[in-house]
Amino acid sequence: MGALAIRNIHKTYNDTVHILKGIDLEIEAGEFLILVGPSGCGKSTLLSMIAGLDHPSSGSIHIGERDVTNLPSKDRDIAMVFQSYALYPNMTVAQNIAFGLEIRKVPKAERQAAVDRVAAMLQIGHLLDRKPGQLSGGQRQRVAMGRALARDPKLFLFDEPLSNLDAKLRVEMRAEIKLLHQRTKTTTVYVTHDQVEAMTLGDRIAVMKDGLVQQFGTPNDIYNHPANRFVAEFIGSPAMNMVDAQRSTTSAGVALTAHGVALAVTDAQRAAMQAHGSADLVYGLRPESIGFADQGLPGTLCMIEPTGPETYATVDTQAGKLTARVPGVLQAAVGDAVHLQWQAEQSHLFDRASGVRVG
Amino acid sequence: MNRLNFHRLILWTMLLLFAAWFLVPLYVMLTTSLKDAEQLRAGNLLSLPTDPTLDAWFKAWSSACTGVQCEGLKPFFWNSVLMVVPAVLASTLIGSLNGYVLSKWKFRGSETLFAFMLFGVFMPMQVVLLPMSQVLGWLGVASSVWGLMLVHVVAGIPSTTLFFRNYYIGLPDELIKAAQLDGAGFWMIFRRIVLPLSLPILVVTLIWQFTNIWNDFLYGVVFSGADSKPITVGLNNLANTSSAVKEYNVDMAAALIAALPTLFVYVVAGKYFVRGLTAGAVKG
Repeated sequence: MGALAIRNIHKTYNDTVHILKGIDLEIEAGEFLILVGPSGCGKSTLLSMIAGLDHPSSGSIHIGERDVTNLPSKDRDIAMVFQSYALYPNMTVAQNIAFGLEIRKVPKAERQAAVDRVAAMLQIGHLLDRKPGQLSGGQRQRVAMGRALARDPKLFLFDEPLSNLDAKLRVEMRAEIKLLHQRTKTTTVYVTHDQVEAMTLGDRIAVMKDGLVQQFGTPNDIYNHPANRFVAEFIGSPAMNMVDAQRSTTSAGVALTAHGVALAVTDAQRAAMQAHGSADLVYGLRPESIGFADQGLPGTLCMIEPTGPETYATVDTQAGKLTARVPGVLQAAVGDAVHLQWQAEQSHLFDRASGVRVG
Repeated sequence: MNRLNFHRLILWTMLLLFAAWFLVPLYVMLTTSLKDAEQLRAGNLLSLPTDPTLDAWFKAWSSACTGVQCEGLKPFFWNSVLMVVPAVLASTLIGSLNGYVLSKWKFRGSETLFAFMLFGVFMPMQVVLLPMSQVLGWLGVASSVWGLMLVHVVAGIPSTTLFFRNYYIGLPDELIKAAQLDGAGFWMIFRRIVLPLSLPILVVTLIWQFTNIWNDFLYGVVFSGADSKPITVGLNNLANTSSAVKEYNVDMAAALIAALPTLFVYVVAGKYFVRGLTAGAVKG
């Protein structure tokens, strides 16, 4: 059994609002699980249930060998970092960190040792006597992590911990969380709506939408083999290009076209397409899969967004607007005629009606 | 003199005039209480005491007649203190607990319960007189200091609950959740997290309840026993006890004695009062 197992969790409010519709997840000890999805997908509700702050309508939650579904938070051996940090304003940083230990009647010397250990790990030794009100956002974030670390819990929960920080600090703290996890190897569940955080931090990612897990896998799985159109578009920035395409059967075999443009597909995709029930498909291409070439799909450059290390170029083609992500600076101007090229292996096929991956 | 200063001058003149206008009654009370009977007979209300004396204060405190008794306000004053202090503390503590539950431990129907409690804030005091005396009779505390105390506690709970509930609504729920995860229970969270953060609203409620209960006359006159009449009743009796000559100086001194405790509380804790009233609006 894994370090955390979630079995068929449902949550309904007032018998009408179905927040979670059967969630099944399991991770091994030391893994970093990301729950990611748009707001309202149920990820925070699920985290609250793992924390014991909310209760499922049905299903069970297991931490290690124990079924904790009906255990109060304090008996679950977990610690949590909240979005607003939720530091106790009336206590100093040291008291904040030691509070959980104090409640659990840990002797004073041990508490002090824990505070010192955590303070050294997070470099907040000089802040121990301050009140949370006197700290900056990043410092508060650190203290909140320190408070969670002090108890050395079996499970670490993060609820969008970086969303209150400015962009630069967010990247710094993201790296620190990653380092911290590498060092402590504590099993972690991390909720975010930011797909970059999901990709950079997670060992395993559960992409959620409308109370269901759309896909559960490694960052590599999620990015390179999205299970459906939603996952494909949610993960990755700029988002995957989606072209409505039509399957047609000719004397030469099965082909895929969009507005008269023949789209490159692999043999495996061709077979999958042929076996698929519907002829209405969606052809997906990551922006970085598309390159400029001397020949290929012709089009007109309609927008150029340089970011420094790479450039996003939007090209108007017969098949629709496509965004390409090319390294460096693009030596071209809006209005230029260009050709786009890509490998069939880089493409993704989805059913147009259900969004499910075809090949 | 430039324009700005001219405007300033007008502003200040107006403000000082208004201040003087509102302070005149206090001035009259103070000066009258320091005059002797002879100067009172002269009849000049606004004149300063020619021969200031505290005789009227002493008389009001310990020997003025309040009906047949002539022991001044002293016994009434202590009745009030003994009744007000526990009533204020109890109603404030219960209010803060209620507010804590209604904001942080919501249960099915808690919002409805709160809405009903709000009725209590706006209910006229007279409405409860008869049923309340009935209840006090059943409880066996009619016409006693305990009964009066109970009435004040019960009557104060809606307002104190409202104050605390609205203040606690502003405390982030995540604070409570964090404490729960840290292993703290209902009471521990209340004692260690919520109460220490309540100072501003605590002061507001204490002042509010102290002023209300100390100044209450209606419940005091209806529910108190012969030996538990509060100071407002004493003051009324003192002022209404007819004697040959109306002793305005004693009346004024008595009124000031009755008003001093609330004034004292406000002066001591006033700055917290204003701060507490605005605490919800502006995050400190």
